[in-house]
Amino acid sequence: MTILSVFDIGLVVLILGIGASTIAVREAFAAVIAFVVYGLLLSIAWVRLSAVDVALTEAAIGGGMTGMLMLGAVARLRLAKGNDARVSLPTRLSVGVLCALIAAGLATAILVPPEVIPTLAPAVMENLAQSGLGNPVAGVLFVYRALDTLLEKVVLILALLGVWSLAPDSVWGGIPGLRVYARPDSTLTFLAQLLPPLGIVVAIYMCWVGAKEPGGAFQGGTVLAAMWLLVMIAGLENVPSISQRWLRLLLVVGPVIFLAIGLAGMVLANAFLAYPPGYAKPLIVAVEIALTLSIGVALGLLAAGPPERVQQQ
Amino acid sequence: MNLVFDIFTICAVSAGAFFFLAGTVGLLRFPDPLTRLHALTKVDNLGLGLVVLGLLPQADGSFSALKLVSIWLLVQLSGAIVTQLIAGAVRQRGPRG
Repeated sequence: MTILSVFDIGLVVLILGIGASTIAVREAFAAVIAFVVYGLLLSIAWVRLSAVDVALTEAAIGGGMTGMLMLGAVARLRLAKGNDARVSLPTRLSVGVLCALIAAGLATAILVPPEVIPTLAPAVMENLAQSGLGNPVAGVLFVYRALDTLLEKVVLILALLGVWSLAPDSVWGGIPGLRVYARPDSTLTFLAQLLPPLGIVVAIYMCWVGAKEPGGAFQGGTVLAAMWLLVMIAGLENVPSISQRWLRLLLVVGPVIFLAIGLAGMVLANAFLAYPPGYAKPLIVAVEIALTLSIGVALGLLAAGPPERVQQQ
Repeated sequence: MNLVFDIFTICAVSAGAFFFLAGTVGLLRFPDPLTRLHALTKVDNLGLGLVVLGLLPQADGSFSALKLVSIWLLVQLSGAIVTQLIAGAVRQRGPRG
């Protein structure tokens, strides 16, 4: 047994242990922390499977962003104490049964694989050069499954609309209720002044390098969102109200450019979301840049939560 | 020459792993939040620093080496600041806050 397989087995045991403790732990805050650790361990597992793109996304979204969203939810639950009625037994039972069914389905898929595993990977690698991209994951996302990628971004905006629609009518279009820790001389202020320039460079790098190597719009956008949130939480920038025009423009610019290029493809390349020959890479990079901005704003606003007040305090 | 680099890597990464172990034991065994934070800083600074130092000869090209060093610096920065924030919260609201 090599050192690497010992490492892998240890990693799997850790992931299972942390996963179990996420469910078993009684307190919501501890469960969220365990979930974040679970996401980080999972991203190491993806690296071991040589899926660095997935690892980056898992660390950024699964560990970081989802963790932050759930911490926000825990804080809200604490504020809304008193009406925390326990979920009834039939509901819990049906949730348990559904989870067990999903687990059983996944287990059969993994334990009893088909004789020949269907794969299009060789075909992708053969034709990747035509798109001018070096990263096969970016190739699949933007050339072969572009429609899925487009809809994924639209879903992000729908999710944000879902969060916004939790706002009461009186504060619609107001300012999200992000908790701000504005203390002018705190170390958090220092971090919020020092880190964003670095973070923005890293985000641009991740987005740019995504065409050639692991990286891309989602990873870059998450870093942008994190920097924006840091600056807002430290109180260096005000949380904008959701009716601001620039905010809404930034939100839709990615999907709109993607859609426009897709529609132009119907005329220039005879298919929706097809690229004219020779122009694939510049168009994809343009879409990725616009998407990075949109994803950054959408994730930042998702974490900021529904509008809670109209006037700036 | 390669052998020398490899031995250096093994020594430095092992020393780094030792500090990770010591920091983790401290995190588990120390009695109150402030001393536990104190134990954690050893992991950030020395543990990760030694691991990065050990990996430098193995990096392909100076760009990768620069990335490794900047990861260490960023972890140092965030570690130091998060430690300060937690310590501040502990001082304000008490260890059970």
